Amino acid sequence: MDLIIILQAGVATGTILLFATIGELLTERSGILNLGVEGMMLIGAMSAYSTAIATGNPWLGLLVAILAGGLISQVHAVITIKLQADQVVSGLALTFLGAGTSLVLGEGLSKAGTVSLLPAFSIPLLDQIPILGPIFFTRQSVMVYLGYLLVPLVWYYINHTRPGMHLRAVGEYPAAADALGINVARLRYFYVFVGGALAGLAGATISLAISPGWFSELTTAGQGWIAVGLVIFAQWDPVRAAFGSYMFGALRRLILDIQGPMTLFGMANPFYYNPYLGFFLQMLPYAFTIIVLVIGSREAVRKRLGSPAALGTPYIRGERGL
Amino acid sequence: MTDDELTPDGKVTLPEGQAPLAGPTNGRGKSRFPFRIYLEPRLQEPPRWYPFAISFGAVAIALFFGGIVIAFAGGNPFASYAHIARASFGSLGVFSDTIVKATPLILVGLACSLAFRMKLWNIGAEGQFFLGAFGASAVVLLPILPENTSPWIFIPVMMLFGILAGALWGFVPGFLKAKYNVNEIISTLMMNYIAVHWNNFFIFAVWSDGGFQMSPVFPRTAWLPRLTDYAEQFPILRGLTAHLGLIMALAAVLVVWFILYRSRWGYEIRLIGDNPKAARYAGLNIQRNTILVMMVSGALAGLAGMSEITGVVHRLQGAISPGYGFTGIIIAWLAKLNPFATVLVSILFGALILAGREIQPSGIPKMIQGIILVCLIASDFLMRYRVGIERVGAEPTGEEA
Repeated sequence: MDLIIILQAGVATGTILLFATIGELLTERSGILNLGVEGMMLIGAMSAYSTAIATGNPWLGLLVAILAGGLISQVHAVITIKLQADQVVSGLALTFLGAGTSLVLGEGLSKAGTVSLLPAFSIPLLDQIPILGPIFFTRQSVMVYLGYLLVPLVWYYINHTRPGMHLRAVGEYPAAADALGINVARLRYFYVFVGGALAGLAGATISLAISPGWFSELTTAGQGWIAVGLVIFAQWDPVRAAFGSYMFGALRRLILDIQGPMTLFGMANPFYYNPYLGFFLQMLPYAFTIIVLVIGSREAVRKRLGSPAALGTPYIRGERGL
Repeated sequence: MTDDELTPDGKVTLPEGQAPLAGPTNGRGKSRFPFRIYLEPRLQEPPRWYPFAISFGAVAIALFFGGIVIAFAGGNPFASYAHIARASFGSLGVFSDTIVKATPLILVGLACSLAFRMKLWNIGAEGQFFLGAFGASAVVLLPILPENTSPWIFIPVMMLFGILAGALWGFVPGFLKAKYNVNEIISTLMMNYIAVHWNNFFIFAVWSDGGFQMSPVFPRTAWLPRLTDYAEQFPILRGLTAHLGLIMALAAVLVVWFILYRSRWGYEIRLIGDNPKAARYAGLNIQRNTILVMMVSGALAGLAGMSEITGVVHRLQGAISPGYGFTGIIIAWLAKLNPFATVLVSILFGALILAGREIQPSGIPKMIQGIILVCLIASDFLMRYRVGIERVGAEPTGEEA
């Protein structure tokens, strides 16, 4: 059990959550709550893997996953923006739809054979930095590096660019945004699409890079829901989202590694001698999500922060909506 | 009529993912059509049959889309649907099996209906179901009661423990919501995963039957009586597996209906659900009701788990639910949160789950459930808007969102 290895693997596993969380964060910033992340991730994982098997090209799989995630997210967009239906139920419906469709289309995919994965490599010079080098820059997948780029980009985009300001306006005060000539509905469609595309990317990151393969619903094992929880913990801030994602990634790795050694802190390791205790370890990510939600919610109350003001409510201009 | 109104709009029925044609801007330039679809908000309450007609239309359209996907996957949709009907309603024996599947669905459907009525999104019925099964099993396996206890004591005690365990699993997210404003959608969902691992620990480590991943079979006194148990007196009942759980479920229907529509507490629940602000001004204790409703909701799902484990499975094992808890969400929505309609809808979904086991690819029932929910939620706007068609002149007609 080596802390560096755990953190290194944590960054890799956390990248999955990172993409999904950032995607959901952007969608929620525009005022739309999309609970269908789990379904969109499954669609992404399945379509990426099957495309990579059919064509032999993992990059093509990645592209298809992004498009598939984005496309299926538009079901939610139409239902919530055009038809102004309840966003919670619609998001649940999307979860069912994504899970069911990926199960049907992914039938037999788990035995489909080997596939070429996305490349992993070290970054020269940066991997020489003590501690940080081995954790962040050694033999990581290309998706992990993409994650490093995405976080500051999204942070800058939201806080310091004009389209980012429009995004915030649409999520906080759509009527004012509308009065300024911003097309509220169009932006919301766009950011629901972006969220779906990133969830699809997160799915592809699982099946083509971090834990390759298609294991039906166990491919994601609830990570889409953890991502939705992380957005609340992150207080809709991409940097905090990244921190939370990597932390969860490290936790997942820790659960695997802690069962290895015979002694732990000089004492007999109970998880080694009684492997059944592992079931309690496996509860940890989910229990931890609840704890993280409590922290996030309390902090929101104390700092008077909170979700984007218009989150979850459809925007209807004037009396005659639609 | 109502489902005819759905189709010309064209934007309502798009569960497949090829949706962007309904983007906000591409209405321009494409309409040379001399008619135009218009929507106007409903001013009066629609008639009482109207929501059910819409639900029916939505299911019909969902089955249509499901058929398209089955055809794509290489199957024959007509044969598939005919097979579902035959395998679930074809004879008294299979209908009894359908009822067996419908029994837990009624209870989880009620659990979701009650919570949804207060706009509490309890997505955790699956975990509460697992804990209910655990609680009932604990009575036999811990053991709380000796093996030769009379069924007259065994069954009520198992019901009690199932209900308590489910209520406890509902209490946690309810308390966190009331006290710390923790989003109950995510917390209930996380509790599902925790419940599965909790049960697994006991199945693998504590109650394992000779190293297998299941507990020993319960003694006969801890089985819910089934129709087939009375085949000696009434030969027609031979082989019918419907069990006492159905009576519990139907009783629960009456209880939930009474709570929601005939009691003061139900009035509070509905008021909070419809207008939380008004409820707060009226001095209702929203926090207390949040915890209570989550607990009763969890108790109903726990009772479903107890009924399934003592009426069907007769031992604790990993695979006790094909996603009953999640199907309950769809059932509640399809039944428009009406307890009596829950029974009918549950039988329909019981049939889908029963017959779906033999359909290939195996994901089809799940996908059809997803499509049904998508169509259902999409059709909801027909409750709020009237749709009509009017004749227009030659000018382009793209009306924007």
